[in-house]
Amino acid sequence: MIRRKLEENFFRVLMVLATILVTGSFFLIVGTILYRGVPFMTWDMVSKIPGGGFYIGKEGGVLNAIVGSLYVAGGATILGLFISIPVAIYINMYLGGRTWLANALRIAFDVLFGIPSIVYGAFGFLIMVYFGIRASLLGGIVAVTLLVIPILVRTLDEVIRTVPRELRDATSALGATRWETAKVVIRQIRPGVFTAILLSFGRAVGDVASVLFTAGFSDNIPTSLHQPTATLPLAIFFQLGSPVAEVQGRAYASALILTIIVLIITVLSSILAKQFSKNTSR
Amino acid sequence: MTHNPHISIQHLNVQIGNQEILKDISINIPNKKVVSIIGPSGCGKTTLLKSLNRLFDDTADIKVSGKVLVDGEDIYAPDAEVTHIRKKMGLLSQRPYPLPMSIYDNIAYGPRIHGTRKKSELDEIVETQLKATGLWNEVKDRLNAPATRLSIGQQQRLCLARGLAVEPEIILGDESTSALDPVSTSIIEDLFIKLKEKYTIVLVTHILRQARRVSDYIIFVYMGQIIEFGPTEEVLLNPKQELTREYVKGYIS
Repeated sequence: MIRRKLEENFFRVLMVLATILVTGSFFLIVGTILYRGVPFMTWDMVSKIPGGGFYIGKEGGVLNAIVGSLYVAGGATILGLFISIPVAIYINMYLGGRTWLANALRIAFDVLFGIPSIVYGAFGFLIMVYFGIRASLLGGIVAVTLLVIPILVRTLDEVIRTVPRELRDATSALGATRWETAKVVIRQIRPGVFTAILLSFGRAVGDVASVLFTAGFSDNIPTSLHQPTATLPLAIFFQLGSPVAEVQGRAYASALILTIIVLIITVLSSILAKQFSKNTSR
Repeated sequence: MTHNPHISIQHLNVQIGNQEILKDISINIPNKKVVSIIGPSGCGKTTLLKSLNRLFDDTADIKVSGKVLVDGEDIYAPDAEVTHIRKKMGLLSQRPYPLPMSIYDNIAYGPRIHGTRKKSELDEIVETQLKATGLWNEVKDRLNAPATRLSIGQQQRLCLARGLAVEPEIILGDESTSALDPVSTSIIEDLFIKLKEKYTIVLVTHILRQARRVSDYIIFVYMGQIIEFGPTEEVLLNPKQELTREYVKGYIS
């Protein structure tokens, strides 16, 4: 009896400790960013591109990187969705969902999911060299799209598998073709699509390695797909490496901006997911 | 009763993997009658029902042999068009699964995919079918509300109306009242009785009382085979087969 009670308490304490460790480090990270970043958080940071001498502590901001990151992450997520939704639908509705081929594809995407982003960056770079494209917004979007497709496909795949078989039977029984049924399934999974967008955008906006060679860096906001572009993670990386205290502070301010962008996307997609889950069938 | 059969099943065998689900089923289902399929769980009732509109086409490792003639056409013939076959039959599943759209769009969905685009025609279809299922007065003021806001019983009637909107000849019910409360159940049962004027109705049911109340004929299925087929009263009150007698008395379930 005493042994069972001890065991119960021991593991409960372990769980509490682990939870404290995780939430504690979360607040430490956010706290550090706020503590170091807020003093350098000026309106100029989000409204101006780097001026002359920005990297030795003179005036300017990181608007180039903010816009660049939104372009790259947004472009990659949208492009990725157009590729991933058909793949997820095909695996589940045309390959039967549980056949060996469907499972083989799932394993392939799981492997791709685990590949480090630098590999996608290097791969994207090779493609660019082959086609003679220089580091540019387009190159960045392509490399990041490769990075997010496995995330999108696997998330959407899981979501589609929760659609009741009977809902698909219902449209089939009305004489719908598979594609017409798929369209109803897509409506049904709209809340899940926003979750997938959130995961994909979050990964895309924070990744350095995939854009390092492919997107390049620029102090200007790109006006075409063929111009190089800055991204926030790279801007943070460059500024942190500076010996000037002012510039280092701005790195934390940039990290704060990045965190806020992710926060906005999180809140937005959960609101949209809730909105659209109102009329889905369970 | 074999005159003028609407559906004629001839030597139907269904196998999934190595398991025989249905064995040599042959039966004629009469026009504009209600036929109930009864039998213990796992006996193949639902498979028999789904074989009528080829709903298990997507199932892996399935083998079907034999013929199912609907209006004299073999639906398993190589050149049979599956969407055309399914359009002829409305399906009402165990629980209602409204499409993720409004009440109006749920009913308009079928006509739309089959080419009806005119708003006035769709309006008329929606109104007619909602009236046919007794929902019109309950929902006429909120046709654009999501279908999921309706109660389960209303949703099931909506699903019936959705099926009727594509002008089927046959209604298939797969334990269609098993998720419903007693009041909704009796509304659906009354609808079946009313609808047999226009449609041939095939129901799978667990509830003998329901089979007795709504059906003209009963098919008793056991271990993938038809044991007995005949008029409702005869099968339930005076079964010819020992197995049927045992099932009706509640000895096997």
